[in-house]
Amino acid sequence: MREITYRQALNEALAEELERDPNVFLMGEEVAEYHGAYKVSQGLLERFGPRRIIDTPISENGFAGLGIGAAMVGLRPIIEFMTFSFSLVAFDQVVNNAPNMFLMSGGQFNIPITFRGPNGPAHQLAATHSHATENFYASVPGLKVCAPATPRDAKGLLKTAVRDDNPVLVLEAELLYSSKGMVEPPDEELLIPLGKADVKREGSDVSVICYAQTVPLALKVAAQLEEEDISAEIVDLRSIKPLDEKTIFDSVAKTHRVVIVEQDHPFCGVGAEICYRIQKNIFDALDAPILRVSQEDVPMPYNERLEKSVLPNADKLFAAVKQVCYA
Amino acid sequence: MQPGEQRDEVEMLSLMLLIRRFEERASQQYQAQKIGGFCHLYIGQEAVVTGALAAVRDDDYVITAYRDHAHALARGTSADACMAELFGKETGCSRGLGGSMHFFDRKNHMYGGHAIVGAHVPLAVGMAFAIKYRDEDRVTLCFFGDGAINQGSFHEALNLAALYKLPIVFICENNLFAMGTSVKRSTSLKQIIDRAEGYDIPGEIVDGMNFREVRDKVAEIVDSIRKEAHPAFLEVRTYRYRGHSMSDPASYRTKQELEKYRLDDPITRLRAQLTREGKLTNEQFDMLDKRAKETVLAAVKFAEKSPQMPVEEVYDYVYFNGAKE
Ligand SMILES: Cc1ncc(C[n+]2csc(CCOP(=O)(O)OP(=O)(O)O)c2C)c(N)n1
Repeated sequence: MREITYRQALNEALAEELERDPNVFLMGEEVAEYHGAYKVSQGLLERFGPRRIIDTPISENGFAGLGIGAAMVGLRPIIEFMTFSFSLVAFDQVVNNAPNMFLMSGGQFNIPITFRGPNGPAHQLAATHSHATENFYASVPGLKVCAPATPRDAKGLLKTAVRDDNPVLVLEAELLYSSKGMVEPPDEELLIPLGKADVKREGSDVSVICYAQTVPLALKVAAQLEEEDISAEIVDLRSIKPLDEKTIFDSVAKTHRVVIVEQDHPFCGVGAEICYRIQKNIFDALDAPILRVSQEDVPMPYNERLEKSVLPNADKLFAAVKQVCYA
Repeated sequence: MQPGEQRDEVEMLSLMLLIRRFEERASQQYQAQKIGGFCHLYIGQEAVVTGALAAVRDDDYVITAYRDHAHALARGTSADACMAELFGKETGCSRGLGGSMHFFDRKNHMYGGHAIVGAHVPLAVGMAFAIKYRDEDRVTLCFFGDGAINQGSFHEALNLAALYKLPIVFICENNLFAMGTSVKRSTSLKQIIDRAEGYDIPGEIVDGMNFREVRDKVAEIVDSIRKEAHPAFLEVRTYRYRGHSMSDPASYRTKQELEKYRLDDPITRLRAQLTREGKLTNEQFDMLDKRAKETVLAAVKFAEKSPQMPVEEVYDYVYFNGAKE
């Protein structure tokens, strides 16, 4: 194991998959000559050439569709959205074409495509540039959605996504690109299955369910809770769809209390679905109503203080945990 | 401005100076972390918006993309309100809620400030539609970058404008780059103007470093549109001196290229024209520049001491429930 950044981990995943399979290519805005707006594709143009690392015009709907078409005839595209806020321009392709093709064609056309890029609020990018899209996409049958929080998970999930025979969205996080973590050496194949959550910290009093940018937040709050003698178990979903019910339920059976901390909005957010499944399946294990911490139901304001106030944060999570623990 | 009136050129030069000094100050305040998020500067392109707005009335509609500080300033939004917006303050033109990329000023007919590339072009067409619907003689000026012309929304919007014969001028500020991608690498056409031909929209290429050329061309087109509504397209050739945004070192272009354009600076050009014609002395120019700098410094002070919106109040901006007094 060695320590690398989330950005490097994604870069390695891309390089390894491009190396392994000549049908894999990377396409998106500024991915080649500029090395990616967030430098995730650093060095790939030099290594794999312009046939496989392809800069596009600003035409999200066009190149997302191009990717799906190429996948219909056997290629395995990786389509980068500069951010998932811009994937909304390609919503029709991602939602209407990619996941429907297989069923609609009676099983003739599966779509092995990866859509990836940063998702969720970053810092003061305001309403149009701060979308957390996981709940939009997770609600669509036929799409798979993952949202890694650590370099290791980012590498392993992206590689798995590229090998998957269906459309997979890898929702990265801008604020995590420079974060570091231990990852297996490059000569050791690292594949992390979709639909497998990871307990990032064991605990006995409360299960905090999180993903992506809310994982470091939850870990930080868990340390604070320790001082109050509350032992929090941190369950990192890693993949939102498919959802690892077993790991969630096992944790809840142990702790009997749940807080879900998500980066999307409260109404029809990812947490609403998880909440439903917990109460339906192991209602008797619960000692308190489940609480959710999410963004507030407000378009993202630019002002820094307002932005902070509408985002999930440590204070809100801390308070929610205390509430479910009646502490 | 009333019909038939000409804007005073010295005043327009003064506006260009205000824009330049505003952007320089914004850059400095960004580095001092008084401004957050993304911040895109207009330095080098001043003649485009000032030239175009010198040719229209105050009640014409203006809309642009995210490189929008200059458009608001040129539309009459105060430097105070612009700087306060960058600082995220309640006194900002969008109350600190929109930030650099989302400047709005309804009173001055500035309809944004739009940060999704291409997304505002259909909006501009909608505004032009409303003009025709109400049988008014206004026009809509829609500014966008060369990067926007490959978005589906742009193409759909042009077709709609042509089909319904709407009173709109599409103004492509061709500064040769969309982030690090040159027009050559993004667009299949030899020149952007040919996009207009594809929709049977009359179009022309204009030297965007020349205030007078931009103004006269826009004036001519707007005059024709007011007589009988139709769309028009201008490819205005210009250059941005700075990187795409504050975080872009712009290593995709050469120093020589930048220097070439700097020598053709729009402010220097108009100044030289006016000086040659005896309409401006060096002392007057220095005075204008001094005034611009002072206005901008005062704007920074204003922004600094302005209040932020109270946290609870942001919820009043989710749905409109009737005008607040
Ligand atoms: C739909 C969408 N895709 C990508 C981006 C990211 N982005 C912001 S500005 C920009 C370049 C636009 O260049 P251009 O239209 O030429 O305008 P300029 O920056 O030159 O003013 C890109 C790719 C975005 N804001 N919206």
